[in-house]
Amino acid sequence: MTTISDPPQESFRPSMLLSDTRYRSITFQVIALALLLTAIWYLGSNLAANLRAAGLNISFQFLGNPAGYDINQTLIPYTSQSTNLQAAWVGIINTLLVSFLACITATIFGVIAGVLRLSNNWLVRKLMAGYVEIFRNIPVLIWILIIYTIMTAAMPAPSAFRGDDPASSMMLGSFAFTNRGVYIPGPVMGPGSFIVVATFVASVIGVFAYRRYATKLLYDTGRLLPMLWPSVAILLVPTIVMFFILGMPIGLDYPALKGFNFQGGIQIGAPLIALWFALSIYTGAFIAENVRAGIQAVSRGQTEAAAALGLRSGRIMNLVVLPQALRVIIPPLISNYLNITKNSSLAILVGYADITATLGGITLNQTGRAIECVVLLMLFYLVISLGISMVMNVYNNATKLKER
Amino acid sequence: MKKTVIFGALTVAGLAAGAAGAATLDDVKARGKLNCGVTTGLAGFAAPNANGEWEGFDVAVCRAVAAAVLNDKNAVEFVPTTGKTRFTALASGEIDFLARNTTWTFSRDTDLKFDFIGVNYYDGQGFMVPKALGVSSAKDLDGATVCIQTGTTTELNLADFFRKNNISYEPVPVETNAEGQQQYLAGACDTYTTDASGLAATRATFENPDEHVLLPEIISKEPLGPLVRHGDNDWGDITRWVLNALIAAEELGITSANIEEMAGNTNNPEVARLLGTEGTLGEMIGLDAEWAKRAIMAEGNYGEIFAKNIGEETPIGLARGLNAQWTDGGLLYAPPFR
Repeated sequence: MTTISDPPQESFRPSMLLSDTRYRSITFQVIALALLLTAIWYLGSNLAANLRAAGLNISFQFLGNPAGYDINQTLIPYTSQSTNLQAAWVGIINTLLVSFLACITATIFGVIAGVLRLSNNWLVRKLMAGYVEIFRNIPVLIWILIIYTIMTAAMPAPSAFRGDDPASSMMLGSFAFTNRGVYIPGPVMGPGSFIVVATFVASVIGVFAYRRYATKLLYDTGRLLPMLWPSVAILLVPTIVMFFILGMPIGLDYPALKGFNFQGGIQIGAPLIALWFALSIYTGAFIAENVRAGIQAVSRGQTEAAAALGLRSGRIMNLVVLPQALRVIIPPLISNYLNITKNSSLAILVGYADITATLGGITLNQTGRAIECVVLLMLFYLVISLGISMVMNVYNNATKLKER
Repeated sequence: MKKTVIFGALTVAGLAAGAAGAATLDDVKARGKLNCGVTTGLAGFAAPNANGEWEGFDVAVCRAVAAAVLNDKNAVEFVPTTGKTRFTALASGEIDFLARNTTWTFSRDTDLKFDFIGVNYYDGQGFMVPKALGVSSAKDLDGATVCIQTGTTTELNLADFFRKNNISYEPVPVETNAEGQQQYLAGACDTYTTDASGLAATRATFENPDEHVLLPEIISKEPLGPLVRHGDNDWGDITRWVLNALIAAEELGITSANIEEMAGNTNNPEVARLLGTEGTLGEMIGLDAEWAKRAIMAEGNYGEIFAKNIGEETPIGLARGLNAQWTDGGLLYAPPFR
């Protein structure tokens, strides 16, 4: 009679690191890690040795020195006497501004073009295909240049608005479109204006509350409340009433031609417009393809089932198809947003003062601190890109298919 | 045991890379070529011609150095550098010599660890405006939009000038001269500012140069000169005295045409010392006796180089002005060859 028992446990021998599949992968990973660390150490020590030989040292002291140059678009206080660090912050905020604006408009362009590419209308379908193919197959750098050149060459200079019989005049007497930028009326905050602003913010919250209530009512009782008109009313009526009760505390400051330029109001510089528009229309073409792919990934049966329930085609798209398409659309959308942020570093081409133009351009040039500036730039773009990925991944988790 | 060998080899490789570039003259001789940093293309100063050969005012200085050191004015590898890459290229040893209309400033000379070997063009920053604007002084430019090449000292001068005069402006940074010209002509800026020589060169290419004026104010000193790495004084001396030889040659009347004759029979002892027929100047800087002769023969003396590349006979059309010899009321003054 034989008994079957477990084979005797082998004791660990060093040769098992290679021969035993349990340990082999770990062995190779350790070797790879060691090689990687060696390579990093080698490059680092090489850099340090070369810098020492050249008599240079890594120092970030220049960040505290006065920058000495001026910037044309600053959202935070800045003069030529501010520090290089402040100049870098101006650049960071300008980068974030143009990226944020471009992400929003690119999404709008992309969704519209993507949906219309699937339109039943032959002309619309072909037009949108043309837009996608033309814009995504020409480098964004060229688009930025083309749009900026057209703006500066085709729009009138401020001097064209001068004189008794000017060649150009302001639209509605308050908007000026020049080749240096667009000038629009800006708000002037009088006393009590913050109450109006607070009312508006409260109204926005109110709109969301109303929509939430309407959805709940729909799910609980099946009653469908009107959406559009109550929303608009909640948004605008209290603010307007408050505005007049307080005696119109918010006025408008109209731009006017003074000296060489328009003064007053809000100026949106030509570089910002060109960069914003070029980035959105270029990335919009990629997003359009994502949206189309997402919509086509939703099985045709879903549309037919919705149609069988009597939904109109607009509602089918909004309520059935798009929500399901989102889980296909979001992941590539993240990389498109990252692309916009990184492509915004082409800003220097049109003289827009983003972080690459201030810290990585003028500051680098004037201080000669190339390594330090480039390291800071890399860190900034890394942090921003990871931040965007994180936020979008949270959104992705919220929209992805819930498996229960 | 093997591991130690690998690590040792890596360390040695790292140190060897670090130690390179201590004696630039030996490196250049061993390589047989001078690596010279120039602009990516600025007509008159450094640009490739139709045959792809670099020529210009700065290029001529490179060729003179190559002729003096390597006995061949064509033994030059021209490395185009931008305003951003020029200092890194020099500091890293990628180039031996930077001749790229670079302004000599305190911080570049000290903090960035370079040595300017002299000045080959005295410039200053000016403003150009359309005549129709009716501006006669830079101080009238309050609130103006100013096109400016980014990454240059002109950017800092501009900020200083407007701050000093307590007036405001809006900068429009442009990358290249061509872009600045386009913006200025389209009216996207009221005035264009850069070195006065550059403004003159730019205006010369306009369709109607008469419709634009240069304002009288010169708001900065821009001494443009070649530079080398700090720390290799022998190499600094060689290049400095090549430049001085070109300037002295003009003062002494030595041209590329009459140099053989001058070397053969001169009774001026300084000419004889410079051209190596007398004394041991070449030996003192580690070169042979005829180093300066070759440098002058390469592209001519300073005056010839100026006239050929940027002088009044060329499309650039610059007058000598400050860049005349001290004997003619200019600032060029080579120390004695003794």
